[in-house]
Amino acid sequence: MSVTERGTHMDSYYGRPIVKEPVWQPEIPFYFWTGGIAGASSVLHGIARLTGNEPLAKRALYIGAVADAVSPLLLISDLGRPERFLHMFRVFKVTSPMSVGSWILGVSGGASNTAAALELLGVLRPVKWAAELASFVTGPPLATYTGALVANTAIPVWSEARDELPWLFGASAAATAGAAALIATPSENAGPARRAAIGGSLAALGLTEYMEKKLGTVGEVYKHGEAGKYGRIAKAATAAGAALIAARGRRSRAAAVVGGALVLGGELALRWSVFKAGFQSAADPKYTVITQKERRR
Amino acid sequence: MSTYEKPRVGFFTDTSVCIGCKACEVACKEWNLIPNDEMEWTGESYDNTSELSANTWRHVTFIEQRKPLRLDGETAGLAEVQEQPEPLRWLMESDVCKHCTHAGCLDVCPTGSLFRTEFGTVVVQEDICNGCGYCVPACPFGVLDKRHLPRKADDTPLALPLLGKKEDGRVWKCTLCYDRLKGGHEPACAKACPTNSIQFGELDELRERADQRLAKLQAEQWNGARLYGRDENDGVGGFGAFFLLLDEPEVYGLPPDPVVPTKHLPRLWASTALASAALFAGVALAFIGGRE
Repeated sequence: MSVTERGTHMDSYYGRPIVKEPVWQPEIPFYFWTGGIAGASSVLHGIARLTGNEPLAKRALYIGAVADAVSPLLLISDLGRPERFLHMFRVFKVTSPMSVGSWILGVSGGASNTAAALELLGVLRPVKWAAELASFVTGPPLATYTGALVANTAIPVWSEARDELPWLFGASAAATAGAAALIATPSENAGPARRAAIGGSLAALGLTEYMEKKLGTVGEVYKHGEAGKYGRIAKAATAAGAALIAARGRRSRAAAVVGGALVLGGELALRWSVFKAGFQSAADPKYTVITQKERRR
Repeated sequence: MSTYEKPRVGFFTDTSVCIGCKACEVACKEWNLIPNDEMEWTGESYDNTSELSANTWRHVTFIEQRKPLRLDGETAGLAEVQEQPEPLRWLMESDVCKHCTHAGCLDVCPTGSLFRTEFGTVVVQEDICNGCGYCVPACPFGVLDKRHLPRKADDTPLALPLLGKKEDGRVWKCTLCYDRLKGGHEPACAKACPTNSIQFGELDELRERADQRLAKLQAEQWNGARLYGRDENDGVGGFGAFFLLLDEPEVYGLPPDPVVPTKHLPRLWASTALASAALFAGVALAFIGGRE
């Protein structure tokens, strides 16, 4: 028997969890990261092309295509039955963010890789434009649906953050796509990538703080264990990277590369932190009981 | 009701008459050919199965409490055999998949492997499940789990041998003995239960029976008697398999106020759409301002 800060009494069954911990492997937080890079790179690519920034457009296209190609491999590898990955496309279910997401990734990834291949070969320009448009439109949902995916569970620290997670993942995606493009693009063309990296980083840092505050007791998992460790790495690396890019990223290529790498690493740590927080939140029944009892009152 | 649809069936598990014999666990394992799970002595009363899992579809909980069984002082003759001055009661409950009206596992399953049968129950089609694992954290009761045991020899070979883990990899749970229902039989656990703690039947009838039973126990001042999952207006629309408990749900390792995750999904999708629009706008903003 324990009593919470708000005076809620709770028992448990030998301290055992009520909800199951996810069975997802490390591939999944990596995918959240690559999917974010892919989705936001499609947007960066599309707007760069529209504004005539060809060097940036090309690099963002290739970066997005690589991230889009790696993503399904990570997801297939995580399946308990990898040989059945095509079963994801048996149905389309709007009640399942994973089903919706599989279709988005299928369309977006197919489109960006088609566009990148045609760009490389310099053929079939109308098809390439159509593919670019498709990847441009499906990019943002690809970057944000993963937030909805984890929020649509019974894991308290995820489901209680349902208003923040799609935004946090979207901001993180913008930061990483900007950072990746910044590393690859010459300084004179990298302005938008720089600003996307800095802006995305600041938004992700702010949203993380806001989410943890709002979660209250349930959010305390972000202070402890692996979630806490990766969360602290995420904040430090992202802040340092964004600061370095802001201060020296324009003049110094070295600063742009190091700053970009710090942001990329920091945001990977952020995905890890959110991922691990879910496990920690499931492992202790008090989070499930407190959330439900204090909601009911 | 379509030609194929049958009246909705379920379980009423009355824990006030459970004697903790675990016949349900054994019958379930036998009938459904469920493999062994790695059991250890837990020291948690008589419970060594510990939780519902891919390989445990009925799980009997044991709770030893220093609480009176009844509030009118009646001890059912236990006072004479107990030397302790404090009253003792021993709660037992056979837990099972709740076959929710609004089932989170079914909602989130991306392959259509989880489906609702003509009996209103929720079942995993094992030839469809690809082991994505989404249903595992989507269940408010922690019922579903991935089976980690080695694959059988006759299982389909791996198309991607480098990526696969050589274990079963699929998700398994109670089917409410779908095969037995089709044959007109009651599920194995209910059949084996010697005290009728597990009652199988049409859900409407079970609910009436449960109401009567609760009224009787309350009249006799049983301590903490309540129905759990009987209410059709709860967060999962009522359970197909509901319970009569003698204490708070969390004492039995059950969530006090379960809600299907997809209840919030319309709002979550709206939020995701807005965040997507913001991502567009944010990246577009990065292209204005700042001279190169």
